[in-house]
Amino acid sequence: MEITRRRLLVLLPAAAVAWKYVLAGTPEASPNYQLTEHWWSMLIDIPKCIGCGSCVRACAEENDVPQGYYRTWIERYHVSDWRIERPEVESPDGGKNGFPPHADDGGKNFFVPKLCNHCADSPCTQVCPVGATFITPDGVVLVDKTYCLGCRYCIQACPYGCRFLNPRTNTAEKCSLCYHRITKGLTTACCEVCPTGARQLADLKNPKDPIHEFLRTHAVQVLKPHMATGAKVFYNGMDGSVR
Amino acid sequence: MQIPVEGFMYPNEVELQWSVLIVLYPFITGLVAGAFILASLERVFRVEAVKPTYRLALLTALAFMLVAPLPLQLHLGHPERSLEMYLTPHRSSAMAMFGFVYLWYLMAVLLLEIWLDYRHDIVVLSQTERGWKRLVYRVLTLGSSNVSERALRIDERLGYFITLIGIPSAFLLHGYVGFIFGSVKANPWWSSPLMPIVFIFSAMVSGISAVMLLYMFSTRLRRREIDMRCVDTIARYLLYTFIIDFSLEMLDLIHRIYEADESFRSLDFMVHTRLWMSQVIVQILLGTVAPIALLGLTQFLRFSDLARKGIYVLAGCLTMIGIFAMRWNVVIGGQLFSKSFLGYTTYKMSFATREGLLTAIALMILPFVILWVLVKLLPPWPESASLPGSGAAPAHGAS
Repeated sequence: MEITRRRLLVLLPAAAVAWKYVLAGTPEASPNYQLTEHWWSMLIDIPKCIGCGSCVRACAEENDVPQGYYRTWIERYHVSDWRIERPEVESPDGGKNGFPPHADDGGKNFFVPKLCNHCADSPCTQVCPVGATFITPDGVVLVDKTYCLGCRYCIQACPYGCRFLNPRTNTAEKCSLCYHRITKGLTTACCEVCPTGARQLADLKNPKDPIHEFLRTHAVQVLKPHMATGAKVFYNGMDGSVR
Repeated sequence: MQIPVEGFMYPNEVELQWSVLIVLYPFITGLVAGAFILASLERVFRVEAVKPTYRLALLTALAFMLVAPLPLQLHLGHPERSLEMYLTPHRSSAMAMFGFVYLWYLMAVLLLEIWLDYRHDIVVLSQTERGWKRLVYRVLTLGSSNVSERALRIDERLGYFITLIGIPSAFLLHGYVGFIFGSVKANPWWSSPLMPIVFIFSAMVSGISAVMLLYMFSTRLRRREIDMRCVDTIARYLLYTFIIDFSLEMLDLIHRIYEADESFRSLDFMVHTRLWMSQVIVQILLGTVAPIALLGLTQFLRFSDLARKGIYVLAGCLTMIGIFAMRWNVVIGGQLFSKSFLGYTTYKMSFATREGLLTAIALMILPFVILWVLVKLLPPWPESASLPGSGAAPAHGAS
């Protein structure tokens, strides 16, 4: 084909557009993954959590979370007798390195792992002025860091304190439910390393997922149900003192 | 930097997200809305007594309006992406609409009204001034140099119409700011349907008070006599608006205390400790009760002109401090407690950083510099209006 000056003028812009995609690279292949066939959630079995902090460490490593910020963390509750409204709660360094022993004064102690609740009606996505944070068709709330303004309105709007401003990128950040892993058939980093199986990734659209049996046979709650956010992280054995 | 924490905060909550710059934002937009509403008193509601402040109020609104987006811009993690709010706005976001409300108010209301009001002066100045000033005025005429009787009548009618649209627009501008906070259901300190209304009335209070002070200072600087009928009227409107504002805030407070929901104990503790000085002492006692009492006194007792001027300046300054404290307590106070209601963090204001005290001070000085330029370019005082004797109250005593 002979390249005339006129044809070149037509081809150049097309080549420029194509080059943009060459530079951006191709997305990692997940050929068999169908977005609309999944609706991701997580199950946290509180009685099983031993507060070892493996999940926090694995998350930080997998997702390059900056020191002092947390995509997931563990809280230790101490409730003495009937004082359910005034629990003592601590989370030293997000529970990353476990917890020091607690003096036994007759109360109860338990650990509560926290992460983004990937709410179906999330207030964070509602308030984002440019739609940089959004819910995917498979039910995961994500942040597009190439688009986020860093206004931090979403951080204010999250009732669970799950978001932070990454000081390296100056954009909002939070748990992505290891989207890069789950779309390839893997589980999340935190679930992968949990030694007791206290955290289980679950697909609510998959009828064979064991979560359905679990939800049917256990008393399960979500955090702050009065916020009506459609939270999708389910807690088994959660005490009324948990916030 | 270690941030002192009391009790338990969710780990990501320890650091405050919205700094003193976000305190300035509602403070500045409040001044814009309030100043405009004062201007509309004369234009729409025919309160002739406040006429000497009409143009000054419009220019004050413009000067602050031009600065209003700067604190937001400086606060963004990626200011270079801020235009995306216009290009790809997220329709469910209250914040996304800011750009449009701002543009509407700036372009369709303020600039147009000021231009129409000054058009005759601009045309005259473009013919009488020399050098670069002539060029500036010629540009400002926008090519329209018709100052016939008929053209001026159209200007007047159009100006009236724009002010008419401007009043709900001013309410929208600041009500919207209140909505940004009031609609955050995750934060009980902010979440209240009263928030937009409280913001609107506090905006009117701050704007009226700012224009009253500016009028008094500028008149004194120009060695003219203060039109006491004008400031008496403004002070009266300030008092009325302040009483409504205070009543709304107290209604909100009483409602919270009586209802005492799950957040109450935490918020109550915060008000009695970290916010005691800024909320109870500065905002409520010094910044609200004291100016209302001072302004109320002038309605019941007879004071000399000199005493009234002193009272108005004192009440005006206290009002400005009180409204600033109110913005501070809303923005900063709303981030000091944990959403777990089990702990409190601390706000450490930096000094010479992008979001520090120095920047905040510079941003508060900037509108006055802009106002000075605007006043030089478009003098807001027709001398006849600034002279006393045009109304009921005789103006004796020193100015």
